[in-house]
Amino acid sequence: MAAIDDRILVEDVSVRYRVPHERISSFKEYAIRRLQRRVVFEDFWALNGVTLAVRAGESVGVIGRNGAGKSTLLRVIARVLKPTAGRVFVRGRSAPLLEVGAGFHHELTGRENVFLNATLLGHSRREIERRFGEIVAFAELEAFIDSPLRTYSSGMAARLGFAVATAWKPDLLIVDELLAVGDEAFQQKCLERIESFKRANVALVIVSHDLAVISRMCGRAMWLDRGKVAAFGDVAEVATVYRAAITGA
Amino acid sequence: MTTTSVPSEVLPVYDTANLAPPFWEELLQVWRYRYLVPQLVSRDLKTRYKRSILGVAWTLLNPLGMLVVLTVVFSQLFRFDLPNYPVYLLSGIVFWTFFAQTSSAIANHLLWGTTLLSRIYVPRTVFALSATVTGLINFAISLVPLFAIALLAGVRPDVSLLLVPFGMFLAAAFALGVGLLLSTIALEFADILDMYQIVISAWYFLTPILYPQQIFPDAYRWALNLNPVYHILEVFRHPIYWTSAAGPLTLLAATVSAVVTLVLGWIVFTTRADQIAYKV
Repeated sequence: MAAIDDRILVEDVSVRYRVPHERISSFKEYAIRRLQRRVVFEDFWALNGVTLAVRAGESVGVIGRNGAGKSTLLRVIARVLKPTAGRVFVRGRSAPLLEVGAGFHHELTGRENVFLNATLLGHSRREIERRFGEIVAFAELEAFIDSPLRTYSSGMAARLGFAVATAWKPDLLIVDELLAVGDEAFQQKCLERIESFKRANVALVIVSHDLAVISRMCGRAMWLDRGKVAAFGDVAEVATVYRAAITGA
Repeated sequence: MTTTSVPSEVLPVYDTANLAPPFWEELLQVWRYRYLVPQLVSRDLKTRYKRSILGVAWTLLNPLGMLVVLTVVFSQLFRFDLPNYPVYLLSGIVFWTFFAQTSSAIANHLLWGTTLLSRIYVPRTVFALSATVTGLINFAISLVPLFAIALLAGVRPDVSLLLVPFGMFLAAAFALGVGLLLSTIALEFADILDMYQIVISAWYFLTPILYPQQIFPDAYRWALNLNPVYHILEVFRHPIYWTSAAGPLTLLAATVSAVVTLVLGWIVFTTRADQIAYKV
């Protein structure tokens, strides 16, 4: 059972994707193949018996190569994906930074997008009105907030996305490849905000290719290899093992 | 969930070992995310109207344009024995436009949603609900030219007009149910939406919209009675065109088919929707 300060509990979780041998996305094709008995699915276990517990105020980094299941793990925690087997328990409100600014609409203005995006994250109109000035100030977009999003540079849109997603202190923060946001000065601001969350007892799960980021932000790390936990423990130890494995391979 | 400083005992919990049945869980989540519906609706209306000068006028002019063409064609060529034919025709057309557009818009919305839904958690049916509300708003706007023409044609509305919103509500429930069933299939096979366009145009001609129901041969009346859209249309059109309520059997058939379709669509969709994430 989950302890009271557990924010995330992932117990023996597996996720199976069904990959058709050839991509079939039309009914016509499916019907034909079916008649010929040629629909062949291949099971692909993106996660295979993964267990992880994260307490309030703790931060865990997830490393591994492309396709190791890192993003799948985040999606399972973010409730986007139901595990095929095992149990996921999450206590508290989570802020996902899976892809900053997903859900922005290009014809709408920055202001309208802030409201739309924050509502997608589960906030009410009144809550958003109260934080609106703060969000725009953090994104440094006061002069552009009433222009349509299509006039924004990708950096501006990313800044706005980060500002909206982190405007409310969550109980757990889920981050996929954080540092793609804006220029160096803004990245520094993002890191500071995340550090302040950590001090305020927010649980953090972060995925990155960048061992330096993980080492700096996290106390513990998990190395995922082809859906399985290859190593889990103190971040320095896991980083050493991981580095040895990828340079040796 | 408005404050973040609450003690941990009252934090929202997501536990896959302890979930309500999908259709119920989805309802609870839709309630939590209820603020999203007006946001998505205003996004749809804004993006629809923003870049056109005529804006809302299009919603008014479209049925009028259709009406002129169809009235000329049908009152001159086919000569149905219907007084006030434009009123009959236009009430059928605005109703059908709502049903056809909304049921396919729901599926399109959910497809739009899937890219987003693979990144953040949002109850999926919120997209279907907002597409329905958007449709209802356009439907309500198109009542303006309809009632203007009805009044010009000398129709004098009476108290039965109160059933018009009920008919619209049933149409919305039915369209939502059909849209959810369609989306369940479309999540797997995208081309089902193209096939649906064929189905819906056949359905259009099999429903008494352009023509009076009397031209249905007696031998095929049973087919007409099996068409749920026909009953729901009558609930909506009868008060406008005949200025009297549709018969009790029609009201019953319309209500039952709308409710059953909605419940069925809701259950099927919420049970199946999780599977889509596993496809690569």
